[in-house]
Amino acid sequence: MSLRGRTAIAGLGMTPMGKVYDRTPLGFAAAAIHLALADAGLTRADLDGLLLNPGLSWGDLGMGSFQLQQAMGLRDLRLSSSMNCGGATAGTMIQIAAQAVASGQCKAVACVFSDAPLKPPRPQGEAGGGGSAGAYGFGRGLDAAYGQYGVNAMYAMVAQRHMHLYGTTHDQLGAIAVAERAWAAGNPAAQFHDTPLTLEDYRRARWVVEPFRLFDCCLVSNGGLAVIVTSAERARDLRRPPVYILGTGQGHPGGDPVETLASGAPLAKASAFAMADITLADIDVVQLYDCYTFTVLVTLEDYGFCAKGEGGPFVADGRIAPGGALPLNTGGGQLSAFYMWGMTPISEAVIQLRGDGGTRQVPDAHVALVSGNGGILSTHATLVLGSEA
Amino acid sequence: MSDARPIPVVTPEMRPFYAGAQQRELRVQRCRACGALRFPARALCSHCLATDAEWVAVSGRGEVYSFNVMHQVYHPGFAAEVPYAVVLVQLDEGPRLISNLVGLAADAIRIDMPVRVVFEDVTPEITLPKFTPA
Repeated sequence: MSLRGRTAIAGLGMTPMGKVYDRTPLGFAAAAIHLALADAGLTRADLDGLLLNPGLSWGDLGMGSFQLQQAMGLRDLRLSSSMNCGGATAGTMIQIAAQAVASGQCKAVACVFSDAPLKPPRPQGEAGGGGSAGAYGFGRGLDAAYGQYGVNAMYAMVAQRHMHLYGTTHDQLGAIAVAERAWAAGNPAAQFHDTPLTLEDYRRARWVVEPFRLFDCCLVSNGGLAVIVTSAERARDLRRPPVYILGTGQGHPGGDPVETLASGAPLAKASAFAMADITLADIDVVQLYDCYTFTVLVTLEDYGFCAKGEGGPFVADGRIAPGGALPLNTGGGQLSAFYMWGMTPISEAVIQLRGDGGTRQVPDAHVALVSGNGGILSTHATLVLGSEA
Repeated sequence: MSDARPIPVVTPEMRPFYAGAQQRELRVQRCRACGALRFPARALCSHCLATDAEWVAVSGRGEVYSFNVMHQVYHPGFAAEVPYAVVLVQLDEGPRLISNLVGLAADAIRIDMPVRVVFEDVTPEITLPKFTPA
């Protein structure tokens, strides 16, 4: 039997995010779950499943979900695991949770991401650490000897080749950064809520790794973000409007992304859209994983909003900005709101489908497309969420 | 962290690569079952899944497949180098490898530009293959 509409997101919990230094990663995760339970009108005794996507700062806590269970005093779970396929994990956690609920294994599953990579500012002159490059384990061995460090450097090579083959321009990447920043102005929780960005500002910003300037790259954030997945039937009796899980899919293409210039979206989309029984025309709001501006551009191509190679012109005309025909990353995304990996786009989809978007609310938002993407376009998850089952 | 550039640790599976570089020879792995070439060293052939492999010399000729220009300093050994380019070279024989391009400014690098290997002695044990316009 199809999963379509049989389960729902019933609770959303978001801690303060950004330069917040008062908690450990585990502390952020516990706080996010508490908030999500309260949002749903549930208590921890109602939980019988726990899925954790540990951010980098969880380090070697390979049994993080057990640590989290102990810390929160959760008893008699029927599902518990730490999961990691990078930015696609949030979508895959929700898929597993929905399957567990639909099969009768679980009644309510908490899915949580948390991280605390940012440390308080150091005194002047004190050296910094290796940052995300070291934490990811990239840039050791031979690559390090050539100065190739971190995810930025690897994505930059993919973007450079896309620009070479298709004529994609810096200003087209900049249009994505500017559009998301404009959306962030409507999101009080966004780290860049009060900082407008023009294309001129974008052009003036420093290079990180060419072809990426500063605002092509996502934020780094401390914080935690959780959702509660339960049955559609039960969700209808809870505190907040259910956000129905209409379709789920995964796609992990393998191969060399510098050659394919593509994500796993086509494969993940096929599963999710078939389950949800929708086409692109049915989607009201789009929340795409945006570790870089370039990731948004490629993902739009891979979902078929435009042809491969046409992502640049597609985004350049304001189509994805507030007031445009395709509302995309309406909370500011990971570029301008906060970096909670795959939970960032999921949280904004829930907010829009509940009608909680305030000044950024998209009118008549009933069906949302959500993507998650990990590695270097290596892993992908698709969710189709809806306000009606 | 010291201010010297990082020196790669010679792992057992990559030892023939470094031995080749010392002899001014660029080597990649070849599957003994199907002949497919691969780099860096891997435990099995992703084409036929055979584990038996040998190291063979390649021409050292290829093209720039893609590149980036690093402005951010991720290691103090590169603080005096930024901005510097890292290139992904497509070898004529198939495999792609990360390297640097010597003898050309970062802003002059172009995708598809033909290149050939040169060798840079870093320590008595380590020689790094790099590339230069062909």
